[in-house]
Amino acid sequence: MENLIWLIPALPLLGATLLILFGLRLPRVLVPVIGAGSVGISAVLTILLGIQFLSDGAAMYEQQVWQWFSVAGLSPGISFHVDALTLVFIFVITFVGFLIHLYSAEFMAEDADYSRFFASMNLFVCAMLVLVMADNLVLLYLGWEGVGLCSFLLIGFWYRELANGYAARKAFIITRVGDTAMAFALFLLFQHFGTLNIQEILTQAPQTWSVGSQTAVLVALLLVGGAVGKSAQLPLQTWLPDAMAGPSPVSALIHAATMVTAGVYLISRMYVLFELAPTAQMVVAFIGAATLLIAGFTALTQNDLKRVLAYSTISQIGYMFLALGVGAWSAAVFHFMIHAFFKALLFLGAGAVIMALHHEHDMFKMGGLRHKMPVVFWTFLIGSASLAAVPLISAGFYSKDQILWLGLAGERGSVILYIAALLGAFVTSIYTFRMVFITFFGEEKTHISHMPGFWMKMPLVVLAILSVIGGFIELPHNFAHFTLFTNYLEPVLPVIVIDEGLSTIEWIFQIVAAVVALAGIYIAYLFYLKKPELVQNVENSRFAMAMHRFWYSGWGFDALYDAVFVQPYVYLSKLNRNDAIDLIYTGFANLTQWLNSLFARTQTGMLRTYMLGVLVGALLIVTISLLL
Amino acid sequence: MNGVTLEAGLLLAAILFILGLISVLIRRNIIFMLISVEIMLNAAGLAFIVAGMHWAQPDGQVMFIFILTMAAAEVSVGLALILQLYHQLKTLDSDAASRMKG
Amino acid sequence: MELTFYIAAAVAILATIMVITRYNMIHALLYLVVSFLAISVVFFTLGAPFMAALEIIIYAGAIVVLIIFVIMMLNLNADSVKTEEEWLKPRIWVGPAILSLVLLAELIYIFTASDMPASTVAAVDAREVGIALYGPYMLGVQLCGMLLMAGIVGAYHLGRQKKKVIHRFLEKEAAQ
Repeated sequence: MENLIWLIPALPLLGATLLILFGLRLPRVLVPVIGAGSVGISAVLTILLGIQFLSDGAAMYEQQVWQWFSVAGLSPGISFHVDALTLVFIFVITFVGFLIHLYSAEFMAEDADYSRFFASMNLFVCAMLVLVMADNLVLLYLGWEGVGLCSFLLIGFWYRELANGYAARKAFIITRVGDTAMAFALFLLFQHFGTLNIQEILTQAPQTWSVGSQTAVLVALLLVGGAVGKSAQLPLQTWLPDAMAGPSPVSALIHAATMVTAGVYLISRMYVLFELAPTAQMVVAFIGAATLLIAGFTALTQNDLKRVLAYSTISQIGYMFLALGVGAWSAAVFHFMIHAFFKALLFLGAGAVIMALHHEHDMFKMGGLRHKMPVVFWTFLIGSASLAAVPLISAGFYSKDQILWLGLAGERGSVILYIAALLGAFVTSIYTFRMVFITFFGEEKTHISHMPGFWMKMPLVVLAILSVIGGFIELPHNFAHFTLFTNYLEPVLPVIVIDEGLSTIEWIFQIVAAVVALAGIYIAYLFYLKKPELVQNVENSRFAMAMHRFWYSGWGFDALYDAVFVQPYVYLSKLNRNDAIDLIYTGFANLTQWLNSLFARTQTGMLRTYMLGVLVGALLIVTISLLL
Repeated sequence: MNGVTLEAGLLLAAILFILGLISVLIRRNIIFMLISVEIMLNAAGLAFIVAGMHWAQPDGQVMFIFILTMAAAEVSVGLALILQLYHQLKTLDSDAASRMKG
Repeated sequence: MELTFYIAAAVAILATIMVITRYNMIHALLYLVVSFLAISVVFFTLGAPFMAALEIIIYAGAIVVLIIFVIMMLNLNADSVKTEEEWLKPRIWVGPAILSLVLLAELIYIFTASDMPASTVAAVDAREVGIALYGPYMLGVQLCGMLLMAGIVGAYHLGRQKKKVIHRFLEKEAAQ
């Protein structure tokens, strides 16, 4: 089985290649068969691999497919490394990816560029698998850039609208900022270790650097830069809400479940470096805390269903960063997995709603869908419960509660982080149920035109089941002490050290978290269902409206970047519209042209002038030879 | 054998050459230009012969024979070209044949 | 012999000046024949009798006759003399003539200033020339043969009256 590891990323690549080459000539029925089928076989292979991995107890599988290149001591291979951490990611990518492909088969059925969509999606799955399976950082970077490219292609999928192309470019350019930082980190790592093999770096780093060494902090911070760009964290978060211009399955797969969590993967993969750089790790924690609050408050004010989900994604990844920052590695990965389930579910549900209502994105024009679309409603409700961390019954509660608890009780946790996370959880449940109440309750405002069929409902149901039972594989210590997930990840990621003094009162914090989540839901219920006049009261207050506008614009980050980076750049490029450097080259060209016209004028076609030229030449030569 | 000096011979060749050159430069009639070229070639041959005599070597005369051959070939091809040119342009004006100007 | 050389040289120069100043082409050619004959005398005085004979046969004979044939074929009349007169204005010839005379002056300076070994010319008879020609200069003779062949083929090719005399790319331009 482990000899077939290479097939897992190779199959989606094969699918993408087939679709790119023959997509337009294939019958339409075959396109989703190839597109979803290749990912489906990968998912089956992954599950078989996972079963074998669990049963034979191997620490990792390695497979070198071939040597990529070998230059000046750098010889990365196309080689894969699969361990417990990788397996979690592969499972989510292939399995959730497969469900989303199935969903897309129906969702995109009427689109003219059916095969282009599946080709890009397959290419994305391949690149994402390469990213998580790479055994060296060069191959990881290849996958990293590959997912960036596919993200660009899919955000701008409906490229005929100007705004979509703009959003695609914005995403591409902003993530490029982070990627550049990451490239610098790679250069530094190669300079210090002479290799970019991940496992070699992880074993050598503690011997080379002491804890808190400046180089380690620098490398870790640069890696954080890459992770922040890809995972849409502060200060590079502005691209993700605009990325919602892509089709809903794309948002589900790329901008919720997998690609945006690449930063989480990177940090947890290189965790040794972060343990050597406590400063960088603290930065990660505070970035996470700040992001989850800012994104949470922004989500509170959005009208666009998908933008709410986008900001909630940013906010949830903020939780993962917070967990990584306090050293709760397995909690972060656990939340990643659960988040992938329920956020993919929410996006697919949102896609079904949007499709049903003539591509209407505004929540306030929806409503009353509870009875019309029961399957979508119930699955969406389950996903929302998970997002809002409804106690006991939802998977999100277990994963988020773990982060909250470790944010306080972990060895690097602090009260500030705990309060931020708690406030974030409160806001999360408000905006989540605001979204649910506005969309599915109340009166019907838009006529439903298209009911989702089997291929759209089935993935919703499967994801909803996972969003419920996924949480039970990791239960709190004082609550059955069932830590399957942590045990599973233990060989790869160290278990966090917990402040023993607090463990006795863990149950207090759990109750606080549960109360906060339920209180959020109640407030949402109060404002948007029970007493809509309360919203009116808020809207009458000038201060509240100012805050609303501020939050609605995403805390003004877009305007800030526009003023600080875009406008000066545009101004400078306007100044240099005629390209000062280019003058030199046009000058050369003009000089050559001038010389040409000069010499062309000597070609009169008159025999006598040529003869005169010969004479003058002879005269010159003879005169010069006489003078010398 | 006789008192003709090298300088005198070369001087004669130079004068004839320059006369031919002046004629090439001032004439527009293309046949006249051809005649002038013949004068120049002849002058060059004269210079060779004078030099060959000076060192009492046959090489100068050999060169003259080569020049003679070349002049014969040149005149035959040149006259054929002049015929064609006249046929096309109906004139012997060398300035009229200026289609290849830059 | 010395005197003969100078007289012949003077005749050659005068005849050549007459050649380049004539308006009538036939007159110019007759002076050209005179010039060639004078030069053949110069060759004789220099001790190259065979070359003198070749000069008369080929230059004064073949080449001039060829040019006369062409002039006859072109059927030139009195008008051509007039145009020749118009073309040969002092304004046109003064400049080039002065330049050429400067070149001449320089050449004269070179010939007289250099101190070459002052010796008189010695005769080289045709036998020696023949031995040299078919000895060390064999390759040159063969090349001359090829040159003459090329001249014959070229003259035949160019002299043919073809129906299509203008290149097809120039047809449009000629038609305008």
